[in-house]
Amino acid sequence: MATEQSRTAARLMVSPAVILLFLWMIVPLGMTIYFSFLRYNLLMPGMESWAGFDNYYYFLAQPAFTSALINTLLLVGGVLLITVVGGIALALLLDQPFKGQGVVRVMVIAPFFVMPTVSALVWKNMFMNPVNGIFAHIAKAIGVQPFDFLSHAPLASIILIVAWSWLPFATLILLTALQSLDREQMEAAEMDGANWINRFVYLVLPHLTRSITVVVLIQTIFLLSVFAEILVTTNGGPGTASTNLPYLVYAQSLLNFDVGGGSAGGIIAVILANIVAFFLMRMIGKNLET
Amino acid sequence: MGQISLSSVTKTFGDVTVIPPLDLQINDGEFVVFVGPSGCGKSTLLRLIAGLEDISSGQIMIDGKDATDAAPAERRLAMVFQSYALYPHMSVRKNIAFPLKMAKIPQAEQDKKVENAARILNLTNYLDRRPGQLSGGQRQRVAIGRAIVREPAAFLFDEPLSNLDASLRVTMRQEISELHQSLKTTMIYVTHDQVEAMTMADKIVVLNAGNIEQVGSPLELYHHPRNLFVAGFIGSPKMNFVTGAEAARHGCATLGVRPEHLEVTADGPWQGVIGLAEHLGSDTFLKVQVEGVGDLTVRVAGEQGLHHGQTIRLTPPADKLYRFDKGGLAIGGAA
Repeated sequence: MATEQSRTAARLMVSPAVILLFLWMIVPLGMTIYFSFLRYNLLMPGMESWAGFDNYYYFLAQPAFTSALINTLLLVGGVLLITVVGGIALALLLDQPFKGQGVVRVMVIAPFFVMPTVSALVWKNMFMNPVNGIFAHIAKAIGVQPFDFLSHAPLASIILIVAWSWLPFATLILLTALQSLDREQMEAAEMDGANWINRFVYLVLPHLTRSITVVVLIQTIFLLSVFAEILVTTNGGPGTASTNLPYLVYAQSLLNFDVGGGSAGGIIAVILANIVAFFLMRMIGKNLET
Repeated sequence: MGQISLSSVTKTFGDVTVIPPLDLQINDGEFVVFVGPSGCGKSTLLRLIAGLEDISSGQIMIDGKDATDAAPAERRLAMVFQSYALYPHMSVRKNIAFPLKMAKIPQAEQDKKVENAARILNLTNYLDRRPGQLSGGQRQRVAIGRAIVREPAAFLFDEPLSNLDASLRVTMRQEISELHQSLKTTMIYVTHDQVEAMTMADKIVVLNAGNIEQVGSPLELYHHPRNLFVAGFIGSPKMNFVTGAEAARHGCATLGVRPEHLEVTADGPWQGVIGLAEHLGSDTFLKVQVEGVGDLTVRVAGEQGLHHGQTIRLTPPADKLYRFDKGGLAIGGAA
């Protein structure tokens, strides 16, 4: 029974956990905000002084910031596009009855278990390397000049690598949604004269909207902070061609030793992420209501 | 037009034969009910006719044309599913219009047909709702509406009323019968409920394990069941079966007596004790243990003050006894 006393007791009981979680979030955030207002350089320890909004100004004013912002959006958008479209296609294929379905489904999920650094290294050295990579061998076999993916199309290559590791996630979520599609609805549509394209557009796709929304929201959270793949493959280069916001923050604080500037970048990234989240929820959040 | 004929149609799933060779003729405008216990293959048979399952061998003719390998949409049949199978993302209007939209019929004509169907089915006020906002009976009507607008050669109903509550089922049963009267289109209706079969059908097809046990009008089946299975399945409460010496005395292996034909009399030949009396008001169902005969169900009109433990005498009606031989087949029809 939810009496007044039991509710008070319940609040007391959960408060340690809530307080701990709150501190876990607020202390690092508070420290980052504090550092972002300091002139704090690792090469000059003990010389910290108040900087006001200078760090923010210099971080926003550098040309790398605009390109990092665009790169971040391209990276998120590109990976989302590939994983959602590819995920739907793969889920439709895997939903068909065939021999060895169970094994194939487990294998399809496998890339998701490969950690980002490892997958990036595998792609960099075994696939995209212009001398030893499989793509280079294929290109040579058919008499074409091998393409140096990571120096000529660095961002596209990273999008490909990240999409490869997120495709299984999208496939898995969309496959489970497909399996919950009512067979009788499909049969009714078949009797109503709908061909497979119409069945897909009018039945399957509306049925999948909620799952697609979940995939987009969850992936956006993780894709905004892609870092390992860039560090391992291109180091953000050439120039800033493959630098996204998290990588720019890293470069600022640990390559330039400017902790103050990096902290300011981190706060800016948090604000931008919230803006993206706000618009995303406005656009597709209504799909999650009943 | 809506003439369907099946000739030596079979269906096997792997090693399991669901429908052994089966022949059936359905005439234009008929209301045919497939009835049988669960798992007797009646839904499979309907799905074979609809084209949702491929037949293993045999031939299906619709309006004189071979439709054995035709796609479901080409057969011009409309189906109402047990789960209604409405499209949850579309409004009622779009649900009903869906087959017309697929057939690329002009928008104005679509609207006219949808309005018309909605008027027939009392759905006009619900056209802009989603299926999720409707009650079971309304959803059922939307499913029927979606079938009507196509003006199909025949309607196929797959246990359409089994998800409705008892009183709604009676109403919908009447509505479907009235619809058949006004449309005069062939209807094939699958049910396990013999009351639905008796009340709605022009022709009942009794199925058991994929075999057709008997085909005939409801009263034909009631008065002249061809075998034990049909006799036991048609009629409520079930027919009493008496075996042993009492049956032998009437010259048969099994003697069938309908509960409504047994009479409670002062000097009947069968004496028994009432084990249970179910008082329905209009009728009383008695379970009577008769010595040398067995347990009998007796249906007595109205209320006669009979109760548990009472000893009564019963008279079997001499002209309404059903006699069956050892193989379960009726002997010379009902006497």
